[in-house]
Amino acid sequence: MKPFSVFSLQHAEDLSQVASFKHSRFLAGGTNLVDLMKHQIERPDHIIDLSGFDEANQITEDDGRVVIGAMVTNTALADYAYKHPRLSLLAQALLAGATVQLRNRASTAGNLLQRTRCYYFYDTSKACNKREPGSGCAAKEGFNRIHAILGTSEHCIATHPSDMATAMVALDARVHICNAAGVRRELPVRELYTLPGDTPHVETQLADDDLITAVSIDTVPRGTHIYQKVRDRSSYAFALVSVACTLRVNEGVIDEVSLALGGVAPRPWHAHQAEACLLGNPPSPELFAQAAEAELKDARSYGGNDYKVPVLRRTLTHVLNQASDHQRAHPSHEGAMYAR
Amino acid sequence: MPANVTHKSQGIGAAMNRVDGRLKVTGKANYAGDSQFASPPLIGWVVGADVASGTLTHLDTSGAESQEGVHAVITHLNSVEQAPFGSPEDMGRFGQSRAMLNDTTIRYAGFPIAMVVADTLEQARYAAQLIEFTITPAPISLLSEHQEAQVVPEDDDGGYDPDAGIGNIDAALADHQRFDMTYTTPNQVSAAMEPHTCIASYDGEQLEVQASVQILASAVDCLASTFKLPADKIRIKSPYVGGGFGSKLGLHNDAILACIGALQLQRPVKVAMTRRQVFHNAPHRGKSIQHMALSVTDEGQLAGVRHHSAMPMAKDYAFAEGTGVAARINYQAAAIDSQHRVKVVDSPMIDSVRAPGDAIGSLAFESAVDELARTLDIDPVTFRRNNIAPVHPITGADFSTNNLDRCLQEGAAQFGWDERTYRTRGTRKNGFGVALGMRMNMIVPSEASLTLHPNGELVVHTDMTDIGTGTYTILTQIVAEHLKVDANRITIDLGDSNSPTSSGSGGSFGASSAGTAVLNACEALSEKLCELAGLARGNSLVQLAGDNVIFGEGQTQQQHAVPHLLNSDSPLTVTGSVAPDEGNDEYVQYSSAAHFAEVEVDTITGEVRILRQHGAFSAGRILNRKTAGSQLKGGMIWGASYALLEDLQQDPRDGSFVNCDFAEYHIAVNRDIGDITLQLIEEPDYKACKLGSKGIGELGITGSGAAIANAVFDAVGVRVRDFPITPDKIVKQLSETR
Repeated sequence: MKPFSVFSLQHAEDLSQVASFKHSRFLAGGTNLVDLMKHQIERPDHIIDLSGFDEANQITEDDGRVVIGAMVTNTALADYAYKHPRLSLLAQALLAGATVQLRNRASTAGNLLQRTRCYYFYDTSKACNKREPGSGCAAKEGFNRIHAILGTSEHCIATHPSDMATAMVALDARVHICNAAGVRRELPVRELYTLPGDTPHVETQLADDDLITAVSIDTVPRGTHIYQKVRDRSSYAFALVSVACTLRVNEGVIDEVSLALGGVAPRPWHAHQAEACLLGNPPSPELFAQAAEAELKDARSYGGNDYKVPVLRRTLTHVLNQASDHQRAHPSHEGAMYAR
Repeated sequence: MPANVTHKSQGIGAAMNRVDGRLKVTGKANYAGDSQFASPPLIGWVVGADVASGTLTHLDTSGAESQEGVHAVITHLNSVEQAPFGSPEDMGRFGQSRAMLNDTTIRYAGFPIAMVVADTLEQARYAAQLIEFTITPAPISLLSEHQEAQVVPEDDDGGYDPDAGIGNIDAALADHQRFDMTYTTPNQVSAAMEPHTCIASYDGEQLEVQASVQILASAVDCLASTFKLPADKIRIKSPYVGGGFGSKLGLHNDAILACIGALQLQRPVKVAMTRRQVFHNAPHRGKSIQHMALSVTDEGQLAGVRHHSAMPMAKDYAFAEGTGVAARINYQAAAIDSQHRVKVVDSPMIDSVRAPGDAIGSLAFESAVDELARTLDIDPVTFRRNNIAPVHPITGADFSTNNLDRCLQEGAAQFGWDERTYRTRGTRKNGFGVALGMRMNMIVPSEASLTLHPNGELVVHTDMTDIGTGTYTILTQIVAEHLKVDANRITIDLGDSNSPTSSGSGGSFGASSAGTAVLNACEALSEKLCELAGLARGNSLVQLAGDNVIFGEGQTQQQHAVPHLLNSDSPLTVTGSVAPDEGNDEYVQYSSAAHFAEVEVDTITGEVRILRQHGAFSAGRILNRKTAGSQLKGGMIWGASYALLEDLQQDPRDGSFVNCDFAEYHIAVNRDIGDITLQLIEEPDYKACKLGSKGIGELGITGSGAAIANAVFDAVGVRVRDFPITPDKIVKQLSETR
């Protein structure tokens, strides 16, 4: 691996002491970055080591919202979210992701920023605009079974692989950011990610010196939470498609709904067209089919991933049916359907 | 490997714990990558070709050579002299030259074109990316359609003829209800836990090699052939192997490259493949396209069985898999027509992977047979029991022993086949499947020495390997039983090419072959001790108790001190061996299996989850019920993995493999496997070998996957004929049918 310098960050304010952010990377759990460095896919000159960033390792509740430190592990967050019905979606998504061993290391912010699993991104002998801008996209006409059907461009059809981020998008989480000048700001996670367009190597709105310090979620009542992940293997497999859904039925109509889709787009996909179709209407299988159609009408597949359109349609409508049935059977239900 | 714990039961068959278990779980078992050399090894890092065929036309290593820590960049321009790849022609494929870095021809994607040797892995790896090269690509050939495979292989792996049959197949197919089916299986890899790793050291005289290899003697031949060295100047050690599954039968790129580095630099050099590199630098199994036509009488008797297999064969490497042999043995039929054709392709090395032939042959054939039973509405267990063969279906030869029907019958009873109940849980429906498996048994020449020390301790030397199967333990048990000696007094020394030549591990032949050699060595020692004590030959009851030998029993019992008998302080060494003709050739020898599975299929998402698997196995006398059971369960899990998960994709544009890591090449994980149980139907087969044992290494996987595929059909009525059965393929059919 390429030689690099290491700066150990203790506090967000330490960012001002970092000599250069050019070709720098923040190192949190390392479950993705270290792998990519071994494969010479990430070749940073500088590593900003966050292992001493202890202040970001806690979860606090504050005035109707929960603030999750950037360094909180996926295991700790799942454990916390599992006990809070209004965060159930997050717990379900986290526990569907990776393996126990990876979740023990992986951090909240690192999970948001993990890179795609596209085979051609990982193989440095292949064309990949994300890894090597301008080199082309080997996936479009290659083996693209795991690739995206929404939000792609002619330059990149890779997916964002995170389960957690999909739930975060559905729950409308906000990322808290601090930069080297000490300026702090918040950004909805729904706005964090950019689409590939003609710059697939750019994946987020973050500047080189932007450090995610926390992620917050408003713990508002959202009704029934369902995260359903369709996968080849029952553990340690990325989503073929996943659906993150919260849905509430009040006086016969859907008065609150949140939908995000995983495994189908370059970012955790906020299904706002489906949401718009559902909101304010009485739940029915026909409505759910229309909602799925609204979101999928722009879908484009590339051969190997053609199946994702029907599988997503089936899974999305099934999840909506399940959630609305549960709301009907248990008015004012909040959280997961599983018994606790 | 001495047994350093006390075992309650140590005789043949006992479920004795592994004698090497403690060393392994405490990290004290030294594998190939754990250097035993005096100086720490330099690290070699391989640079591979990015296309599957062509000529290396430009190579600039200057940027890498000037890096800190780099000792050498070895390429075809400066590599040690090697014999041409594949020479000499008259040697088996594991003993031939595996030369590389000796010319500019690219043989497959990932083919080594340079090796950086540096002090550390990081230095070598970084320097490697500074190497600039250009390959002028040539058109590549891969297999896509059945009819492209026109080459008749010389023979199929396992010694099978590529073509075999009996009766008039056209008539048998025309006269009865006929089913035509094409099944395909994808490229697969062995996926051993330990990636291929080697450390080599050369002092100008002797080449010492730590390797991870299943068969040592042919590995020595390979290095002698490749580097034109006398075999007695080469010593290979492979005391522990972290899984082989066929991928370590011979030496691969790691070993050749480590030896090139050691010979060139005269320092120990280590080459450890990364997981990604294993996919291209070690062998894989090619995809198969299996055309089948089956016909069946109204009474449910198989009439015609046609199985035509098309597979790829790697260029310059004559290995062909006997994918259709299941169709020759599983059932009797009026006519059988089995044919194997290959196409020579620009793929990495294609060789044995987990039960070559039968693993993927049984997956397809036992699924196809199930289609018949289901279409005729005959219970799939009954259908199989009505059709299994009393004698070899083609040659008519008798089986040495054959408990296939008992496996089916007793397995079904234990599984609860007749009591199976169907239910729907949410969106998931359950289903049940059965399949059978027959795996050929063979003996391979094997030799072992047995040394009795004056203090009464026994040491076995043989170049046999333990690839996780339990060889150390079963050989201990054979000695313990024969000489009535405590396991603590026995040391089994394996994996050293200086020891007597054994079968090695592979083809399910290791335990019976090496075990019989050790048994014969025990008998030779008993005889020798009788002779030394002045007793008549053939006094079979010879026991060791501490440093005493006890002869006979009852009133005639005699006891002699070992030092007294040996009449010196030197140990006594005898040898034992076995050869194939010791078995009875007029009989065909097979182990048999019946597999049962229950699965759940999600009718929305197409996801399959295994609830339980049960296997009933008959493989002669079982040498250790625990290690045998573990091996069989492992095979059943691999079978599940083939049915549902494993799929190595090859990019047709450049011949490279696409999903080269365990995140994307899916093997079954713990959570994929439900309850897994097995039963052993034991009947010693003394026609197979003197021990009465038969091979089990590849029996567990044979038929296992098909039972799961058949259960999927039972659950949701979907038959996926292109393995693996992934959710997308199930949903496709579910969407079409409703």
